[in-house]
Amino acid sequence: MNLAFDLLLAATLLWSAWRALAAPALFRAVVMFIVFGLLMTLAWARLGAPDIALAEAAIGAGLTGALLLDALGALRRRGEGKG
Amino acid sequence: MKRAAVTLAALAFAGLTGAAMLELSAPPVRLAAQVAANIERSGVAHPVTAVLLNFRGYDTLLEIAVLLIALVGLTAVARRDDAAPAPSAAEPVLQTLARLAAPLMALVAVYLLWAGAFRPGGAFQAGAVLAAAAVLLNLARLLPAWTSPGAGLRWGLAAGFLVFLIVAAATIGEGALLQYPPAWAGGLILAIEAGLAVSLGLTLAGLFLFLSEEERP
Repeated sequence: MNLAFDLLLAATLLWSAWRALAAPALFRAVVMFIVFGLLMTLAWARLGAPDIALAEAAIGAGLTGALLLDALGALRRRGEGKG
Repeated sequence: MKRAAVTLAALAFAGLTGAAMLELSAPPVRLAAQVAANIERSGVAHPVTAVLLNFRGYDTLLEIAVLLIALVGLTAVARRDDAAPAPSAAEPVLQTLARLAAPLMALVAVYLLWAGAFRPGGAFQAGAVLAAAAVLLNLARLLPAWTSPGAGLRWGLAAGFLVFLIVAAATIGEGALLQYPPAWAGGLILAIEAGLAVSLGLTLAGLFLFLSEEERP
């Protein structure tokens, strides 16, 4: 059961990382980045590193995601965004 | 063609990284055992906090300095108009949610700060939660974006670094930089962490609030 969960988590991590890089729409890429950060939080928790999991959730997924969304909004207002 | 080349290079890099990880030799020094042996003298019961703020406090001191410098650099490129735009009306549901969530987030931050001494938590996580509360308030248009930092904000941003430096200067007589007397270590670490949490919260929030633009469509 645990092995199945870990394998699923690893596969989803790779998939979300690839989607974040390859998604043609910028908004979708940012959302996939946030999803990647949250899955990474789970991975750190599974690896027994709750300190890093907390930091990843708060900084990696939360603040960086908010900054990226803000940057995307600024790009759109200037008419340069493609998403 | 280009895409295939990039994919191939990425796959090759991933394979090489994996192979390198499998080839890692056993570490000559067992750091975890050393930390466990000296945890009694560190003043805290959680090994991660003991390493971050006692055994390798020097690294954390430089980290907070780097973050402070990053924010100072950011204020140079941020907008300079002194007239802060007034927060405009937003969705009442979002505003109510933000009003309810922000005090709870502040409470969680204080809990994380306190819990860092004996379980996962600590100044960085507490600061990040504080910053997230500020970002949430800004997105709900309850907190205007920052233009140029006032005196209070400047002191708040520098507080963590200053407290850290003062402690480092006060304990320099112990023989090594940031080596605390064991009897005082717990209190000193808590004082440093409190300063760090405030400064980190303001710094991380500043990264968003100095750049955030008010005129949203």
